[in-house]
Amino acid sequence: MIPEAAIWAIFLLPLGTFALIGLIIRPLLNRFSLLSGLTLIASLGVALGFSVWTLRSVILGHDLDLETYQWLEIGSAKIQLGLLIDQLTAIMLVVVTGVSLLVQIYSLGYMKGDPGFSRYFAYMALFTAAMLGVVMSTNIIQLYAFWELVGVSSYLLIGFWHERPAAAAAAKKAFIITRIGDVGFLIAILYLFVRADDFAAAGLNAFHIPDIWQAAQPVAIGGVGILGGAALTWFTLGIFSGAAGKSGQFPLHPWLPDAMEGPTPVSALIHAATMVAAGVFLVARFYPVIQQSGDTMSIIALIGAFTAVMAATMGLVMNDIKRVMAYSTVSQLGYMMAALGVGAYSAAMFHLFTHASFKALLFLGAGSVNHATGTFDMRYMGGLVRHMKVTYVLMVIGGLSLMGIIPLAGFWSKDEILAGSWYSSGLVDGWVNRATFIMLLIGIVLTAFYTFRMLHMTFHGEFRGGIDQELADQAEDEREELEEQGEQGSGMAPADAAPVSAHGGVHLAESPVIMLFPMMVLGVAAIISGYLANPQWDEEIGIPRHWISEFLLHGLENTVPVLAGNVEIHGFSRSLATFSTVGAAIGIILAAGLYLGRRQTWERDPLELGGKVHSLLANKYYVDALYEGVVVRSAFYRLMVGAVDWLDRNIVDGVVDTLGWFFRNIGSMIGRVQTGQVQSYGGVVVFGILLIILGFLLS
Amino acid sequence: MEVSGFSGLMTATVFVPAAGAVTILLLVRGDRNIRLFAVAVALADLVLSLVVFGLFDQSEGADRFQMVDKFSWIPAESLKANFFLGVDGLSAPLVALTGLLGFCAILASMHIKLRVKEYFVWLLVLQTAVMGVFSTLDLLLFFMFWELELVPMYMLISIWGSGRKEYSAMKFLIFTILGSAFMLVAIVAVFLTPELGTFDMTQLSTKGTILVSAGVLIPLSGLFWLFFAAFAIKLPTWPVHTWLPDAHTDAPTAASVMLAGVLLKMGGYGLLRINVGMFPSQTDRFAWALVALGVISVLYGAVVTMRQTDLKRLIAFSSVSHMGLVLIGIGSVGISEGELTVTGLNGAAMQLFTHGTITGLLFLGVGLVYDKAHTRYIPDLGGLAGRMPIVAGAILLAGLASLGLPGLSGFVSELLVFLGAFRAYDWPTALAVIGIVLAAGYILWMMERAFFGPRRERFDHVTDASLVEAIPLAVMVVTIVGIGLYPSLLTDVFEIGLAPMLDVLPGGR
Repeated sequence: MIPEAAIWAIFLLPLGTFALIGLIIRPLLNRFSLLSGLTLIASLGVALGFSVWTLRSVILGHDLDLETYQWLEIGSAKIQLGLLIDQLTAIMLVVVTGVSLLVQIYSLGYMKGDPGFSRYFAYMALFTAAMLGVVMSTNIIQLYAFWELVGVSSYLLIGFWHERPAAAAAAKKAFIITRIGDVGFLIAILYLFVRADDFAAAGLNAFHIPDIWQAAQPVAIGGVGILGGAALTWFTLGIFSGAAGKSGQFPLHPWLPDAMEGPTPVSALIHAATMVAAGVFLVARFYPVIQQSGDTMSIIALIGAFTAVMAATMGLVMNDIKRVMAYSTVSQLGYMMAALGVGAYSAAMFHLFTHASFKALLFLGAGSVNHATGTFDMRYMGGLVRHMKVTYVLMVIGGLSLMGIIPLAGFWSKDEILAGSWYSSGLVDGWVNRATFIMLLIGIVLTAFYTFRMLHMTFHGEFRGGIDQELADQAEDEREELEEQGEQGSGMAPADAAPVSAHGGVHLAESPVIMLFPMMVLGVAAIISGYLANPQWDEEIGIPRHWISEFLLHGLENTVPVLAGNVEIHGFSRSLATFSTVGAAIGIILAAGLYLGRRQTWERDPLELGGKVHSLLANKYYVDALYEGVVVRSAFYRLMVGAVDWLDRNIVDGVVDTLGWFFRNIGSMIGRVQTGQVQSYGGVVVFGILLIILGFLLS
Repeated sequence: MEVSGFSGLMTATVFVPAAGAVTILLLVRGDRNIRLFAVAVALADLVLSLVVFGLFDQSEGADRFQMVDKFSWIPAESLKANFFLGVDGLSAPLVALTGLLGFCAILASMHIKLRVKEYFVWLLVLQTAVMGVFSTLDLLLFFMFWELELVPMYMLISIWGSGRKEYSAMKFLIFTILGSAFMLVAIVAVFLTPELGTFDMTQLSTKGTILVSAGVLIPLSGLFWLFFAAFAIKLPTWPVHTWLPDAHTDAPTAASVMLAGVLLKMGGYGLLRINVGMFPSQTDRFAWALVALGVISVLYGAVVTMRQTDLKRLIAFSSVSHMGLVLIGIGSVGISEGELTVTGLNGAAMQLFTHGTITGLLFLGVGLVYDKAHTRYIPDLGGLAGRMPIVAGAILLAGLASLGLPGLSGFVSELLVFLGAFRAYDWPTALAVIGIVLAAGYILWMMERAFFGPRRERFDHVTDASLVEAIPLAVMVVTIVGIGLYPSLLTDVFEIGLAPMLDVLPGGR
């Protein structure tokens, strides 16, 4: 059995590394900045070991002896910190420490020579600690605290190259949009405190997550029924709003593609494998509560499925390889959310697990490609298969896994999600199930299409010049623009808008081993982890059938009575598998038809023939323009902020200045009366006396 | 029950800065000596204030008011005013805050070249005045310290300030004096009420006395609002906040630090000590109004902050927004159960402390930016993070604390205010929660425009904070992180001070 201190160490090791780098290595030993990377890798290695140990303890069903520690007590608000180690947490711990470890190894190569090398690893350490904190928290305020810390470390990492305006803007956008979701989350927490007395009466603590689970179980099935009815729905919607922000679900999705401004390993760890999965985790964490509200479940399912399709359509037309992947991530997170919404709890978490491996692999691959070409724009890539065989093979593995091609990892988990939405669990209405299923199926076609297009544009055909060509074209465009302006008679100086690339220059070659090694590990995981974790047939390979699903559901059953439909695990269905494979095949064939036969030079994307539809997608459905242009700039900033600011300066402060002016002038008027002439003073005195006498006579 | 005694510790804490000021005035010569002496005095007072905080007995059954210094001051039968100092759980942390910020403000003034002697004399007198406000237990003395604080601040803004400094200093003076006038009327009325007839704040806050409404010269509600007017202006709350941005913007760095860090807190302290402490039933009755004003201040302040282009003005308006939280926290007494109410009140008190440290750090950082880059106009700034990583890092940390990042002090007070207030007024509080998004907006946008972005050649000469300049930054950073991680260091003390105030309410709440 794992001692509590070892579990705490999983979280404290990266946190300590953050402090060590921030307080000692960076200020004093920055010449040996490699030290910061190595320290983090070592501490994550140990943390991974402890995580596996924790998982083993949970699998063996050890009764872990965990303490809580009082952090704050004011009146009846008791906030106690502690660990919550269940099946869900145990799996997340391994995923987070494992992927983080691989990404840090990769970063040693990718970030080599960057002046902010130590700072990078400090932020990475902070992020990993915060993310581990989220999955281990037993108190909802503790969870919220780490949740926000995850947000801020993401902010620091997206804006890592803060001298690039786009990076600074993207960091801000990410933080603000996720915070909009967090308002709902925070209000949900505040609501818990309103009911603190009822919790206390039942011997529960309103902030303690297992107690919240209990409180949401209706009396009918032996629960305490403190949370229920409309209040329960609002509470769960609040939780989901926080989750939707972090997981980039519609309408809070626009920050995630912009977040690609951060260094690529950051995208792999944070914006593919872990942080964005925190939203899915949060819904799973409160699943015993959320499943009590059919309305919330339906909303989660529909938003998830809609996001899955919408993001995939945008992924079709992007030319930036990381943005394709970003929309793909949003889309895949939609799959997980949809699965949770229709009641396929274990399928969602299984997909989170497999997605972490193949999406991290794809992002690291994108970084490897960028290392060679200096650009992320696929229009300037092409033909890389001849120079980067290993990266190519690994990217294809990741891509096939993403498409859901049998027998790769993604196939098994996506299939479970489809099965979950096909067979009704009884938690949501039948039409929600059907709508979700259809949207997810469409998503499969789209996923196969954009993945094929991405692989083709990047690796096949002729090489189209990389960053050199991109810069040349940009200069060309600027010249033309300048000439046009010149014709109009307003010769302006050219703006120095040359993009700053992290790895300037084209050197077509395979990336160093230190970058390839983590990719290979992820590649192996992307092939086998799906089947190994969840074998569909009995005892074939010594792992029980449906191991991970059973494991996760067992964890859920331990906590609360689960509604009937949830415990059922759907066996492998040939017909559904055929459906999804056909869907993926259609996507591949469509893409192959459009792209394979084309000439080698990249004149124009055939998708542009779509005309208005293409520009709608390329402009991200104008959602970003709506948010930034209309809502934020015009409605909020110009209109509302402008009006209030005007009010403040002219009315609120104006009254003050007017009063001041008034009294100043009164003063000078009175001053004029005070002439210093005794005669006039005397006159006034006499007049006053007369007035008083008159007053006495009249009364 | 009469509280009495004399240990001299509080007297020393309050008057050491003033004594230092007199010494500088009469004995110390040479700018360098004056600076060093001022630092030494501030450091001594910091130590004293921390000793006061450390010696405060938190055990159950300890006296409510401790370290009392009391002797008869104006013994005339008609006045019976006492020189009466002492701290309880509410004031002890604020005394420590004053010591901390006073020290940082002096340390941040080493570059002052103009009329050095006067400058430090006024700054030290200011510290005595604020310390006095937080630690006096006699209403008449309270009023005198309250007024004493005006003179040095007026001088600091109008002589060592920038921009429209005379206008701003005058505006500050007139607003505060207007509030003081209300307060004086209320104090006199309290004294002339036969049932009360005392300036002794410990007696006034004791159970029952002030709840007797018979024979009160001015109705209780009137007294409540007269005191409220004085403190609301100082806090400040919408719509009497307009003196604040002007005063802040035009004041020198140290004065801004003191102004935002401790002077505003006098308003919040007054609300807690006098409005809640002496008129709990009235506070209960008008809680909805306080919450309404608080919510307006939070949102209005945040919205106006968005528009600001001067770094100091931006921070000043954000203070209006954050001080709104104090009102919301106090308004949480508008429900019945005392156990629960104290959460919001504690949040309000915590907000005083945490905002003091956070805004103090922000103004220290911005002061350094202004000294080195010679502008505070945001569109002219940009790309400074690369030139001054320490200053930019400190401002970012303060900004994150200000937007309520967990692990930093601001989160604790915001959370407690929201928890307490949501029970009483759910929709208004939910509206105020939107303030956390607005705060993220203006703080991060400010960071983006002023510190991130491409390097600018004209700032190539800009240097980072020197060691002396970094000390106050470090002190504030340690305080912010420390309180963020271990808030019960303060909340436990605040609770000791606040809980008895609620016992007075009918029904023992």
